Amino acid sequence: MPLDGRERERLRWRSRRGLLELDLVLQRFWSPPGPDLDEAQGRALARLLAMPDNDLLDLVMDRVPNADPALEQVLVRLKAA
Amino acid sequence: MALSIRKFDVVIVGAGGSGLRAALELSSAGLKVAVLSKVFPTRSHTVAAQGGVGAALGNMGEDSWQWHMYDTIKGSDWLGDQDAIEFMCRTAPEVVIELEHFGMPFDRNDNGTIYQRPFGGHSANFGEKPVQRSCCAADRTGHAMLHALYQRNVYARTQFFVEWMALDLVRDAEGAVLGVTALEMETGQVVLFHAKATLFATGGGGRIFHSSTNAFINTGDGVGMAARAGIPLEDMEFWQFHPTGVAGAGVLITEGVRGEGGILLNKNGERFMERYAPTMKDLASRDVVSRAMATEIKEGRGAGEHADHILLKLDHLGPEVIDKRLPGIREIAIKFANVDPIKEPIPVVPTCHYQMGGIPTNYRGEVIVPEGGAVPGFYAAGECGCASIHGANRLGTNSLTDLLVMGRSAGMSVLEYLKGHGSHRPLPNDAGENALARLARLDGQQGGEDVNEVRGEIQRTMQAHCGVFRFPDMLAQGVEKIRALEGRMARTGIKDKSMVFNTARIEALELDNIYETARATMVCAQAREESRGAHDRADFPKRDDEKWLKHSLWYKAGDRLAYKAVNLKPLTVESIEPKARVY
Repeated sequence: MPLDGRERERLRWRSRRGLLELDLVLQRFWSPPGPDLDEAQGRALARLLAMPDNDLLDLVMDRVPNADPALEQVLVRLKAA
Repeated sequence: MALSIRKFDVVIVGAGGSGLRAALELSSAGLKVAVLSKVFPTRSHTVAAQGGVGAALGNMGEDSWQWHMYDTIKGSDWLGDQDAIEFMCRTAPEVVIELEHFGMPFDRNDNGTIYQRPFGGHSANFGEKPVQRSCCAADRTGHAMLHALYQRNVYARTQFFVEWMALDLVRDAEGAVLGVTALEMETGQVVLFHAKATLFATGGGGRIFHSSTNAFINTGDGVGMAARAGIPLEDMEFWQFHPTGVAGAGVLITEGVRGEGGILLNKNGERFMERYAPTMKDLASRDVVSRAMATEIKEGRGAGEHADHILLKLDHLGPEVIDKRLPGIREIAIKFANVDPIKEPIPVVPTCHYQMGGIPTNYRGEVIVPEGGAVPGFYAAGECGCASIHGANRLGTNSLTDLLVMGRSAGMSVLEYLKGHGSHRPLPNDAGENALARLARLDGQQGGEDVNEVRGEIQRTMQAHCGVFRFPDMLAQGVEKIRALEGRMARTGIKDKSMVFNTARIEALELDNIYETARATMVCAQAREESRGAHDRADFPKRDDEKWLKHSLWYKAGDRLAYKAVNLKPLTVESIEPKARVY
């Protein structure tokens, strides 16, 4: 199932961060036409966005390994953004 | 649109360091406190602060708050108010120890005391030698501070309204502030938060510049709301810049890169710093390098399609030196500049970092205006407030000191005020209509101006015309350009009109605040005919204490400027008289 439109918007707003580096990565991730996200991927993104900024940045910049397989697919896309 | 009303003792806008510190003071006293924040509190921009909190604890050797005060006044280029600076420096050790007791995991010395790091501009014995004064938690000081303060607030039962955006101040006929209107993103509903006291802690507005280290949330919301409500803005011409941010992105490239042998080139491949600073070249001081970069760009020797940046060349150092001595730089350049510095230069540009000006307050955090003094019920703290502690330039580590000291001080002032003002003032009949009218205009706009385009235009105008080094012709054109954007600002439109989590609507509302902040900055900068601290004019290269030892006040109505004296009289000690600022 594709992610509900409003849920997408919620995640897009939660992509506003305290650290500029994350804002930039997430801005590219959401750049038009925007990413294809199904519900499971939406849940994974929501969990990543719920992380503290420094921890998320460490993951995105490959400074620490990701220990959670459920996050891997979306994380790879964030890193590539 | 229906306007529902919620009553609180105090409403605080912003949940970064100063908002959380103020809220804690008030909730701990048993008051009903609402804190509104666009994002979850621990994702406020305070999280980006790495340097530490400046406080003369003297844990690493002899130190005193008077020395910290001297360094702060000198840093401010004597534009800081000495009563506020004394207050901050004298109170700093107390708020740091307090924060330690709140659970802040400061780095420690072997004897258990808080470790203090050296930091530029901090000295012992009034400029005699460097002193270690910065209290930190590794490189996550801001992060640790937000977490400690947020948890204490949860314990103190502060009520958080997360993903709410404040829209406008509510004032009555006497000018008293009665609260704010705010939009709940989840529902699109607008609520009037009716309060006995209102405290702004909305942070800075660094997003007015095209190149900024600030997160996207830093859109000058408090400053914009205050300006629209008729409150003047103080010293908005003063913004701290860093010479080398990644062009187009803003992520900082540490000055250590030039220390290790990186050199700056213009579009012709010329190492231009040899002309500006023949001895020190690329290792000249921050302001000399910034000025040279801005001059090269202004004179058409910038690199890139728009001739708007400078090239920072590292490849001659070799991959081993880059990887070993500058490990983080390569990943930043690849990620944010899309270049590998082992092969290609990094595009860089002087980049905005911190807002020294803001909503005028005294050291108690009370908003003070020339027309009648303290505005009843209105307070501001942190980067959006101007006490003025930082004057024309901020000393490193003093941003966190400011938000702790001023957050607490504003909180204490509210407690004092509420002793004599125990009930809510009645709301005027038209309360909240200004915000509803803004929303109705936006939603009803047909074929409106694109928000991203107008924002880009403002940011490029500010960067080119009012950046780190300011030229008279560019400033004059800049004022015209910013004023000319007023028409487009009145016609911004959004295609998505939905009520639930409508990011486009939020961004359009933020743009109003960006515009007020930018316009105040441009007008103040053109008017101030001297160079002082971070305000650097090509046509007036010297500080002019005779004419300009005064604070600017900008009013939105008619772009009016007024001025007020700098307070050179500290609270308990002798004044530190103006002298040349040499490091």
